[in-house]
Amino acid sequence: MLTDSRLDVKAGDSLMHRLNARAEQQVELCYHCHKCTAGCPVAEEMRFGPDQVLLMIQLNQQDRLLTSRDIWLCAGCEACATRCPNEIDIARVMDALRQVALAEGVRPADTSSVKFHRLFLFLVEHLGRMNEAGLLGAHKLWTGNLLADLGSGAVMVVKGKIPLVPHVLRDRAGMQRLFSRSLHPAATESGAQEPGP
Amino acid sequence: MKSRIGVFVCHCGHNIASSVDVLGLADALRRHPDVAFAADYKYMCSDPGQQLIRQAIADHRLDGVVVAACSPAMHETTFRRTADGAGVNPYRCECANIREQVSWVHQHDQTAATAKAGDIVRSIVERVRQDECLEPLRLALTRRCVVIGAGIAGMQAALDVAGAGYPVVLIERQSALGGRMAQLSGTYLNLEDGSDRLTRMIAAVERHANIQVLTEAEVTVCSGYVGNFQVEVRAGRPGGDEATPYTLDAGAIVVATGWDPYELSRLPEYGGGLLPDVVSTLEFERMLAPGGRLARPSDGVVPRQVVFIHCAGSRDPEHGVPYCSKTCCMVVAKQAMMFCQRVPEGQAYAFYIDLRTAGKGYEEYVRRSAEEHGVLYLRGKVSAVAAENGRLRVSGADTLSDLAVDIVADLVVLATPMVPADGAVPLGQTLHISTDADGFFNEAHPKLRPVETLTAGVYLAGTCQGPRDIPETLAQASGAAAKVLQLFSHEEMTQSPTVAAVVEDLCAACATCVGTCPYGARTLHPVRAVAVVNPALCQGCGACVVACPNKACFVRNWRPTQVLAMLDQVGWSGDRRTG
Repeated sequence: MLTDSRLDVKAGDSLMHRLNARAEQQVELCYHCHKCTAGCPVAEEMRFGPDQVLLMIQLNQQDRLLTSRDIWLCAGCEACATRCPNEIDIARVMDALRQVALAEGVRPADTSSVKFHRLFLFLVEHLGRMNEAGLLGAHKLWTGNLLADLGSGAVMVVKGKIPLVPHVLRDRAGMQRLFSRSLHPAATESGAQEPGP
Repeated sequence: MKSRIGVFVCHCGHNIASSVDVLGLADALRRHPDVAFAADYKYMCSDPGQQLIRQAIADHRLDGVVVAACSPAMHETTFRRTADGAGVNPYRCECANIREQVSWVHQHDQTAATAKAGDIVRSIVERVRQDECLEPLRLALTRRCVVIGAGIAGMQAALDVAGAGYPVVLIERQSALGGRMAQLSGTYLNLEDGSDRLTRMIAAVERHANIQVLTEAEVTVCSGYVGNFQVEVRAGRPGGDEATPYTLDAGAIVVATGWDPYELSRLPEYGGGLLPDVVSTLEFERMLAPGGRLARPSDGVVPRQVVFIHCAGSRDPEHGVPYCSKTCCMVVAKQAMMFCQRVPEGQAYAFYIDLRTAGKGYEEYVRRSAEEHGVLYLRGKVSAVAAENGRLRVSGADTLSDLAVDIVADLVVLATPMVPADGAVPLGQTLHISTDADGFFNEAHPKLRPVETLTAGVYLAGTCQGPRDIPETLAQASGAAAKVLQLFSHEEMTQSPTVAAVVEDLCAACATCVGTCPYGARTLHPVRAVAVVNPALCQGCGACVVACPNKACFVRNWRPTQVLAMLDQVGWSGDRRTG
């Protein structure tokens, strides 16, 4: 059991209000039925699981959440959001938690996941498409974890799951504009903001 | 005396006929002494079956009927009415149960089942040979109702009975009507409307021509029986000068004595009775009421952080209340919402074990408290409340997050349970109705007879029977009133005549039966030296028959000679002289 928590959900700028605004969700709707955690493919790797993450938000446990591995383990598969009886998009809440963690400079518990996210976005931004071989190679170099999963990687190459030649989008400049627009929405087009994806 | 008895064996379709040789059974019975006629039929309870009985009574001049069929609980009334219609006294018509007691339990052994059915039918024939012709008892009926307790339950029952045209005496211990509901700040689901309706209800009771209200009055003695109670009432302040006991005649009594709050001092671990800023939900009601002052009792400051503790004392055998008080989950939701509306910058926390919100619109109401008013529900019990720098430190756990939490609160509200009103147990003894282990009055059957008691003519309404909320209380009060009106719809009462009687020549007036009778139906005659039976109270249980040392007692149509003759037919071989 975690201890010594002095609970005051109205202390400071409540985590729940910030996340609700950022993820456009209502975390207070959660009544802890655990259906999200029951269906989450990575919950067994997590310390809290999606339902407890929502509870920690309600309990204003900012430090515990932003430094937890759980927010980085979420694969964003949306199984939780599909199943939630209160229609909370938990994957979006997880995403918002990662954004808050990065914005506040919190040292993530799982740097490998952060590097994966950054490389993934870098490749999509510059190639217009995901490139598995490039992502794997770069991730191994960056994390220094060169030898993990080599066996299964070889099998995947043989089965054609990891194409060595990257697919490249023709309008890469358009993709980069898309990225810069979503990173700096106000700067690009004054006022008339396009609806999100 | 010779009888002419008809035996009618029912097949009950295949229910009986598949495992009992019904033809052989009827054949064998024809040879039994005093049996003038025996027949079998597929469904004796059907119209043709009943016609067969009527025809046989006429053709064979029968004076007694035995129907070998299902349990008497099923069709005794049916067949007695059939016999009565054909000129046989209904109390000389009996059912021999060869379905539930024979065919259904011996489906694989026809020989043994038939033999057992024969034993049972012959024993019932023996009983009918000695059955007396009886008439139903007719008893006088006082069509006036006494209602004890003038909360919403008592007032609703009084209005319903009075509205049907019968006089009601409404007895209230306090000086004003309204009971606990008058202490509420508002009711959940419809906050404002509740108290307004209560005011109108009190006015309707006070001006009703058929309702006599006695305040500051208590029932001290109750004697008599259904339809004929004598209720002694002491009016005026207890110990005061004007205590004037007088006796009312009443046909029915509705008990609506309500509830008391659990004492805070029984919860010292939560600071109950020790810390001024730890209050009960009923006390918090007063702070939230229109015109009430929402302030900490210790320093008068408006509280910002309020912690509610559900199940404070209830669902807790250690604290003497093992039951769920049923209304508290909704009360906390209501009070937390009212608090959040009054103090928008405030925060309400609620520690709970389960949220129990069974009721129309209840779940949605509790969800609203969390969704719209930000009440934070924490699943776990509080271990301690302690004073800390003028505020209260609440130490508890949230078992869902596995988090031990400390909350520094300005005010702690304990959702304490309803307990029976003070004096309920002695009142129960006065009225001869029982209370359960917690002190609530017992209903006659926990599912099927929820507004009656085991004492005929005494009915229950509201929280005196167990915790419940206002709509349930009103429904039960109207149910109790319907039972009273059902009783009052008759000019007089009828009752089964198969009750105890005394052979006066043998009675020594030893009063053993008076002490034995569980229904208070036995007394010694004021002049003659014999015991007498009050047939209105007697339930025919036979306890007096067993207890009487002189064998001066018997139950009509269950005489010892009948029972011994019955036992002879089922292979009993006891010593008649000691029997």
